Amino acid sequence: MKGAGMNRIDQRFNTLKDQRRTALIPYITAGDPSPEYTVGFMHALVEAGADVVELGMPFSDPMADGPVIQKACERALKHDVRLTHILAMVKEFRQQDNETPVVLMGYLNPMERMGLQAFAEQAAASGVDGVLVVDMPPEEADEIAPLFKEHHLHSIFLVAPTTSKERAAIICAHGEGYLYYVSLKGVTGAANLDVASIERQLDSLRQLTSIPLCVGFGIRDGATAAAVGQVANGVIVGSALVSRIADNCEHPEQAREGLKALMSEMRHGLDAPDAE
Amino acid sequence: MSKFSDLTRLPDARGHFGPYGGRFVSETLSFALEDLEKTYMSLRNDPDFQAEFDRDLAHYVGRPSPLYHAERWSRQLGGAQIWLKREDLNHTGAHKVNNTIGQALLAKRSGKPRVIAETGAGQHGVATATVAARLGLKCEVYMGAEDIKRQKLNVYRMRLLGANVISVESGTRTLKDAMNEALRDWVTNVDDTFYIIGTVAGPHPYPLLVRDFNAVVGREAREQSLKQIGRLPDTLIACVGGGSNALGLFYPFVEDEDVHMIGVEAGGDGIETGRHAAPLSANAPQGVLHGNRTYLMSDEGGQVSSTHSISAGLDYPGVGPEHALWKDVGRVEYVAANDKEVLEAFRELTHVEGIMPALEPAHALAHAKVLAPTMRPDQHIIVNLSGRGDKDILTVAKIDGMDF
Repeated sequence: MKGAGMNRIDQRFNTLKDQRRTALIPYITAGDPSPEYTVGFMHALVEAGADVVELGMPFSDPMADGPVIQKACERALKHDVRLTHILAMVKEFRQQDNETPVVLMGYLNPMERMGLQAFAEQAAASGVDGVLVVDMPPEEADEIAPLFKEHHLHSIFLVAPTTSKERAAIICAHGEGYLYYVSLKGVTGAANLDVASIERQLDSLRQLTSIPLCVGFGIRDGATAAAVGQVANGVIVGSALVSRIADNCEHPEQAREGLKALMSEMRHGLDAPDAE
Repeated sequence: MSKFSDLTRLPDARGHFGPYGGRFVSETLSFALEDLEKTYMSLRNDPDFQAEFDRDLAHYVGRPSPLYHAERWSRQLGGAQIWLKREDLNHTGAHKVNNTIGQALLAKRSGKPRVIAETGAGQHGVATATVAARLGLKCEVYMGAEDIKRQKLNVYRMRLLGANVISVESGTRTLKDAMNEALRDWVTNVDDTFYIIGTVAGPHPYPLLVRDFNAVVGREAREQSLKQIGRLPDTLIACVGGGSNALGLFYPFVEDEDVHMIGVEAGGDGIETGRHAAPLSANAPQGVLHGNRTYLMSDEGGQVSSTHSISAGLDYPGVGPEHALWKDVGRVEYVAANDKEVLEAFRELTHVEGIMPALEPAHALAHAKVLAPTMRPDQHIIVNLSGRGDKDILTVAKIDGMDF
């Protein structure tokens, strides 16, 4: 159970702020390459320096994702991974780790099919701290947002480089935990970062909200993590990690080591940016 | 005023048709959709824009399309009189061009040099490639690898028109996956690219504008009906995949309570087999895909189901949100025709009237074949013959054991 009513995400960012550290937020798809490895991978990510773990809920039609995460979804869905299985994974993770925040990220349809009320209840009971529904902008969140609130789950929203000031204000008013700033146009796993423009955008978002601003899309190694870490409260890395799993599907032990190696490199980049 | 007048005022400002529709997209697409909505709303009632649209429809597409009395077939069926709205006679051979002409005008005004599209049967891809050629726009069409195989002729047509056809290998390799891929392209290239969606699904404002551009079909049919039949028809029948040709025909009749409307979905091997593409008639659960809430075929885990239909153009697990609402309020009756019935109707119309329909509207014809004999000879049915069958010759030949 959560202590003192404060969400683990908020606790974690408070601590990081005190320590003047940047959050490292890895993403992996639940059930990739096979469900029995996910919890182990989550622990490995934490050992290698994760501050928050984002766990993807695989979907048959991941419209906002590039080929790397699409394939991860396909691998997971071959095992018919369902939301109930994913919540069980989080519950199992919590048996050893009651500190690290877990955020579920995915698309609306599987949640609706399970029933939004049931999903919110069971997610909270399993130890989930926040949910990012990729295809649900705040305008469509009338039904789901109050349910999440009732169960102390943070609603995490995306902000894009193309988001207008008016929309940014709406998103900031709804966002909890942290804002996920999409650093570039395109789908997950795309290339080319422009740190100066990210900094400008984050500065204007800071006028609108005091919640942490984390940046994802395009962060793939220690150097990019370090560069973005200079201007953001956290960096989110997905496709680069998922690629490590894809490269070692037959050898999950090696995949685990690959995840740890990349995480350590990025952790180092964030904690000692000048060394990069 | 009719009890269905409220339906003419939809969608609401946020693109909702009752509980359906909306804009369920990643934030990365919100800007592009807001921009498109602004552009379209400013032009929707602009007389110059409408005049340009009407001019193109008249002189480039060849509108109005005839309303043809299929006398011989009607006599043979021995019931109601069947009239065919001849969208098959449009330039490029289907209703799809009405919408691509409209969206191409929007693309032109937006100044974007590149258009993209998704396509199932290839008719929307051909219609998009056609308008792109005419306006000198770069054109890329996403098409499922499975559909590329079964619609080879249209693939080659698109290439002749200068479009690049991109084979989509992900998921079920059909229309829904082509749409995923087109959305991914758009989100990446939004600065220079206009996405021409081919059906009344997708995020707001697409269901609205695709309906508006296709409504010319129903407006003409209404006028022609008054002139040729002397009154409104008793029944309208159209096939429904995403549902653009059906909405185009139905929408201008929505307040005419006495006009019965029937949407015919792809029954595939039969609804009871589970191998179909008929979310409305099969009472699929509500769901969210491609930016809108609608009836959506998905499994218990919420993963979108694979579908089956002899016709690539109807092989889609969802349906336009306005149809979902019209089902709920009882304005339209939705039924399904299975592959076997569709093939029979395809052959029958070809033999009896010398008109070879596409396999998509052959679904509507299959239902007309069942319905007409139950009606009186002084009653009238209009069937939307939404496209011609040339593209399906190879599919039918293969069933007949011929190989070219």
